[in-house]
Amino acid sequence: MSHVFLYALVGVGLFTLGLYALIVHPHLLRKILAINVMGSGVFLVLVALAARTGGAVPDPVPHAMVITGIVVAISATALALALMLRVQTETGQARLPEERIE
Amino acid sequence: MQDIPWGVLVILLPVVGTLACFLCPRRSVPLGLAAALGVVVCVAGLGWQVVEQGAQRYAIGGWGAPLGIDLYADGLSLLMLAVTAVVGLGISVYSTSYFEPGRSAFFWPLWMFLWAALNALFLSADIFNLYVTLELLGLAAVALVALAGGADALTGAMRYLLVSLLGSLSYLLGVALLYHSFGSVDIAILAHRMEASPAVWTAMGLMSAGLLLKTALFPLHFWLPPAHASAPTPVSALLSALVVKASFYMLLRLWLEIFPLSNSAPGQLLGLLGAVAVLWGGLLALRQTRLKMLIAYSTVAQLGYLFLAFPMATSIAWKGALYLLLSHALAKAAMFMAAGSILYFGGHDRIADLDRVAQRLPLTLAAFGLAGVSSMGLPPSGGFIAKWLLLEAAIRTGQWWWAIILILGGLLTAAYILKVVGYAFTQAEVTHEARAVPVPMEWAALALALAAVLLGLFAPWPLALMEIGLPFGVEAAR
Repeated sequence: MSHVFLYALVGVGLFTLGLYALIVHPHLLRKILAINVMGSGVFLVLVALAARTGGAVPDPVPHAMVITGIVVAISATALALALMLRVQTETGQARLPEERIE
Repeated sequence: MQDIPWGVLVILLPVVGTLACFLCPRRSVPLGLAAALGVVVCVAGLGWQVVEQGAQRYAIGGWGAPLGIDLYADGLSLLMLAVTAVVGLGISVYSTSYFEPGRSAFFWPLWMFLWAALNALFLSADIFNLYVTLELLGLAAVALVALAGGADALTGAMRYLLVSLLGSLSYLLGVALLYHSFGSVDIAILAHRMEASPAVWTAMGLMSAGLLLKTALFPLHFWLPPAHASAPTPVSALLSALVVKASFYMLLRLWLEIFPLSNSAPGQLLGLLGAVAVLWGGLLALRQTRLKMLIAYSTVAQLGYLFLAFPMATSIAWKGALYLLLSHALAKAAMFMAAGSILYFGGHDRIADLDRVAQRLPLTLAAFGLAGVSSMGLPPSGGFIAKWLLLEAAIRTGQWWWAIILILGGLLTAAYILKVVGYAFTQAEVTHEARAVPVPMEWAALALALAAVLLGLFAPWPLALMEIGLPFGVEAAR
């Protein structure tokens, strides 16, 4: 098994782990962390697959994508945290209410 | 005139509007309105260019496709931009009176930013740029939902944000796999190099699942009603009319150009889910006691129709779905705006206590009724043309069962629209203090509802625009 494949597989593993945590944990901070873990998984896949050229110099395009992705992830996390604090002040708990169909 | 890069201006102008509204919060209303008018002019300019010269491709900074970012405008992009411009202008006019000054200063920069993201999304020519614009759109939309304040809106916004991030990450993983397989993110190059392989199937599954979650197709619709119903009214209108359509547009582009396999089992599955969405959304809409919730569930149902085109996958079916998208954008915006005026007027949106709204807000109820006509698919509205095209496609491809869904869905729509209209004519047991509704709010809703009906009368024009650049391929000779 090559390095690259291992890295990509770890990335997919992180993505799945994050997805599981996102669904299972009710606390919003854990959900936000789970989303970040999923994001890291995707970035790891992108970085690993940059070795597709096979030469000494990896393909720079996926790296550029990861940088853009990190910028997006930071903004999204900031918004999510701010929103979580407002939910906490407003409802007294940092979790989403149960689904109900009216 | 010929050389003006209208496509760039369409994106740049709302960004400038965002900055201007952000820097001068006290003047955000006139600045925002000016930017909105400017965008409409630029979209018209781009439309003229596309009609005269055919599909347009513009390389930003002159870098060109493999490395740089390209903008691409064909008939499909143009119609999406045009409907966004019309609905956007209506929402802008409505918002001048809806928000008090404090909220207004927050609303305008976010709304302009969302508009810029939408326009950039419709013009993107590569799947990574689509991801970035989709994220920008999602973040702006979440912030706008949270603008209402209060527990409902905040938890709705939070759920929306988590769902939205999950959807885009899933999409991004698909982008990574596609780039790995074909060494490009440009849609045209991908379409050219496409070969079926396990990686491509996985990518298609991941990207489609992420986008379906964002488009709120049954059973992934759970986040939509709370977010759309608890947001401030202009925001509900733009979310239901435009934002969910953006991810549908991406899905359409991917399936039409990159994964040409709509006839297969995945296409049938999407059609089936769409059919369930039409019925389930309609039934739940009928059960709602609050007007905004009813309209939000109606969006779930109407989004279902869009997916009926996937199993048929003929040029007529795609045109029908796009036509439904256009008329639903206009009608749903009008419907939410009318509901917002009723809420503003009486201070509540309980359907059973509407209390003679028909006599007291005739313009608003007319807007609601006309929008309802288009949603039900009665002639001569835009919704009628859309359903006609879908019916024709269903019969031509021999998949008649989709026609039954179209008819049942229309009946359900009629039931819940008429339920609201019925209560609007009768006196309620509980009367309430009424507050005068500002003129722009009533007229903006009516104008959009009329546009939804007129879309049916002037059907040849949009149908001709859909041919530019042949986004739906050529209809096979029969």
